[in-house]
Amino acid sequence: MDAQSAEMPAVDHAGEAHAVPMKVLLRVFAALLFLTALTVSVTRVNLGQANVLIALLIAVAKAGLVAMYFMHLRYDRPFHGVVLIVALLFVALFIGMLVLDTGHYQADLQPPADMRIKP
Amino acid sequence: MTTEPTNPAGGSSPEPGAAVPQSAQAPQAAAAVAQDGTAHGHPPFLAHHFDTPQQQFASGKLGMWIFLGTEILMFGGLFCAYAVYRHNHPDVFRYADRYLDRTLGALNTAILISSSFTMAWAVRCAQIGRRRGLVTCLALTILGGIGFMGIKSVEYQTKWKEHVWIGRSNVFSAQYTGTAKPGEHDETEAEAAKPIAPAPYTPAHPDPNAGTPDAPKIVPKVIGPPGLAAPSSGQREMTLADLAAQDRHRIAVFFSIYFLMTGLHGVHVLVGLGLITWIMVRSIRGAFSSLYFTPVDLVGLYWHLVDMIWIFLFPLLYLIH
Repeated sequence: MDAQSAEMPAVDHAGEAHAVPMKVLLRVFAALLFLTALTVSVTRVNLGQANVLIALLIAVAKAGLVAMYFMHLRYDRPFHGVVLIVALLFVALFIGMLVLDTGHYQADLQPPADMRIKP
Repeated sequence: MTTEPTNPAGGSSPEPGAAVPQSAQAPQAAAAVAQDGTAHGHPPFLAHHFDTPQQQFASGKLGMWIFLGTEILMFGGLFCAYAVYRHNHPDVFRYADRYLDRTLGALNTAILISSSFTMAWAVRCAQIGRRRGLVTCLALTILGGIGFMGIKSVEYQTKWKEHVWIGRSNVFSAQYTGTAKPGEHDETEAEAAKPIAPAPYTPAHPDPNAGTPDAPKIVPKVIGPPGLAAPSSGQREMTLADLAAQDRHRIAVFFSIYFLMTGLHGVHVLVGLGLITWIMVRSIRGAFSSLYFTPVDLVGLYWHLVDMIWIFLFPLLYLIH
């Protein structure tokens, strides 16, 4: 990490920030556009449940690129990354617990009256 | 940020123009003073409650990241609603997805990614002290944001015309007050509006209660588990007739989730546009340099987060297979 950032043309803003090289920004931009095209085209193939997983994996890869390079996390203080990951962990916990819960009880639930088949 | 003409240290201020470092920890500050020719004993951008520009920058950035964490948690609630509803009613999502325009969604993704790129470029320009490049990149970013909102408003208008708005304006809702028929804007709608007769349709798991010409379908009085009549997968495009009757009303809930998620995201885009405009005005006035660009950096972080959230919204809403 330190060796990496030492290679960067470090512009001294109070010794805290590094300007990301233009080449890196352009490559990340191209990768993001490519992944967008990929996620659209992979939808045309029916892979059943895997479609959602692939779409989410591509989205995570894109978000990772944005966070690491556009948001400077790769060159930044590690604690900022910790803040991001902790927030994502809590969202994952939230969603995971609620999906588990609803999976247990949904079958026993009656739909609301206005959703029932009208005679 | 306002800078008072007095020295933070009070009475013991150095001579005007002397540019004497306040402490050994602030050589940057002294350099900035010498550069600007101002004589407060600290750079004009350094707030009085910070010792050094480093401390000020680090504090601002940490604060921004914690704010972004709370933003993720706020959107997390909506993603949770989405996950629970899709988990329970996958067929509703598969059907309702046809109302969303994939082309416009993909175009908007590309536009937002491009504006995120120009924002990252703007931060780079600010860091290396290129004012003209900074202003140009910020203007391009604003253009991208406006383009995104323009396309979004076209999409919302189409939803209104197709009667798939929220609440009583959604044709699938039980409270619908209009005159449109459910799914009449559907391409495969001509046969879908007819009574249930899925002749060429081959469900993966044949419904034991599907009925034959000899034994007509028994309509249960009490509704069983959701999706009883709905096939889990199909060979051809699914129609409204393939959905269980109680699932048709649930399509309206899909649109509530769609409008809430994209709407909250759109509000964030508007806030981001306002912030970038503010930053652009300040950069035209020459407020930023390679020594001080914290607001550009922090607004950039916000804009990238808005981009990141859209990166998840796009496949989850538009690309349901």
